[in-house]
Amino acid sequence: MIQYVSIALMLVGIYGLLTQKNVIKLIVSLNIFEVGINVFIISVGYVSGGIAPILTSQNNTSALLYVDPLPQALVLTSIVIGVGVTALALAFARRMHKQYGTYNLDEMEGE
Amino acid sequence: MSMMELLQLAMGVVMVVLGIVAINSKKKITSVIMLSAISMLAVVLFVVMRAPDVAITEAVIGSGLVTVLFVFTLFSKKKEGEDV
Amino acid sequence: MKQVVSILLVVALGVFVFLALYTGDHSPLQFTPYGEADLSTRVSQRFVDKTVTLGMGEAETAPDAQAEADAPAFEAMPALVVYGETRDAETGSANMVTSIVVNYRSFDTLGEVTVLFIAAFGVGLLLSGKRKRQQPAYEPSFILKHGARIVFGIMVVFGVYVFIHGHLTPGGGFPGGSIIAAAILLLYIADNEFQAKVKTFKILEGVAGSLYVIAGLLGLVIGGYFLQNFLPTGVVGDLVSAGVIPIVYILIGLKVGSELTGVIAGFATEEEAE
Repeated sequence: MIQYVSIALMLVGIYGLLTQKNVIKLIVSLNIFEVGINVFIISVGYVSGGIAPILTSQNNTSALLYVDPLPQALVLTSIVIGVGVTALALAFARRMHKQYGTYNLDEMEGE
Repeated sequence: MSMMELLQLAMGVVMVVLGIVAINSKKKITSVIMLSAISMLAVVLFVVMRAPDVAITEAVIGSGLVTVLFVFTLFSKKKEGEDV
Repeated sequence: MKQVVSILLVVALGVFVFLALYTGDHSPLQFTPYGEADLSTRVSQRFVDKTVTLGMGEAETAPDAQAEADAPAFEAMPALVVYGETRDAETGSANMVTSIVVNYRSFDTLGEVTVLFIAAFGVGLLLSGKRKRQQPAYEPSFILKHGARIVFGIMVVFGVYVFIHGHLTPGGGFPGGSIIAAAILLLYIADNEFQAKVKTFKILEGVAGSLYVIAGLLGLVIGGYFLQNFLPTGVVGDLVSAGVIPIVYILIGLKVGSELTGVIAGFATEEEAE
């Protein structure tokens, strides 16, 4: 059930990327798409009845039922790279605003 | 459906609705606040799916850094007749 | 018109994804339903049991009666990893996600650190020059101005705790560094004239990144593989254990914290009015 919801969130993000003309809303749509895809990847690795993949003094053997740790490592990387892309895109948006005076892609003159 | 699954489904539906509101709103500051709310609900989903590393990372980055970058960009020097 | 076409496109894409994932039974490539993943059919079972390099190196020799008679059953049962007792395991870290990110797939983490460095470098290029603070529309209240100094110290200590204990508790280098950057952001918000010394952070970031690559080269010289764990791993669950993993996470935490501080300093300021 949660996988359907995350696919719907990805589709909402793609719709935003297709139709918006404002640069800030384009970056917001890209972030919505990334949240959707991160939730989907973690839901692939879920095992019903599993516990978090950390050895503690209570769960102290490696024979218990653990949730898959490999998708979590991938999503950790993906979140950090999403931040880097958002920061760079917002720096570009700031420079464009300084040069053209607007955030709307249709009103920017020149090529 | 058990209570936990119902809660997950409810939060997922709220996330999709907030996403649609974020894209179709007039003011840009509304979109940014909706994005921050979507990140927070995703943190709850990560905790329920037993992924604490990912939950801490998304909580710090989604609330503390991405939202603030957007707000600093929106409140920089404004030309006349432009509202945020 | 454009909206209708894009809605149709998106719905068609959704139907296509749904049909590809959830219908049809072309096993064994079938997409496992939610919650029914069987870990013993995936490679993650070896990450959990810390037996990734077990069984490697024994070449596929032709099975003959002599070899089968005197070779013990080395594939039979991997040794159980017990918290607080197992000595000299393969990675020695109690947090399995940390052992994947820093030890088994450490090269991917090096790539991620490089991508973050390039993004911060681009932001530094675009928003450069002599800067002054951009003035917000509010005046910080009394609680914000004086409470921020207390909370700043607590936040920095918490961030350092998160990345030092990366191999024992959830977290690690990336959220720890982000918490430190958020602490400096708090100082930016609480005072209208505060500016961090960006030069110090740039030097710290460069040094931390270079030390990570040097740790990898040391692994190549001592162990034989780039980024191999060359320090001895102690008991699973101790603070001083898991070889080179805590050192790498400390370097990553410092690097990410300084980078994000530089990005925030670039965004909170604007150029000097001519």
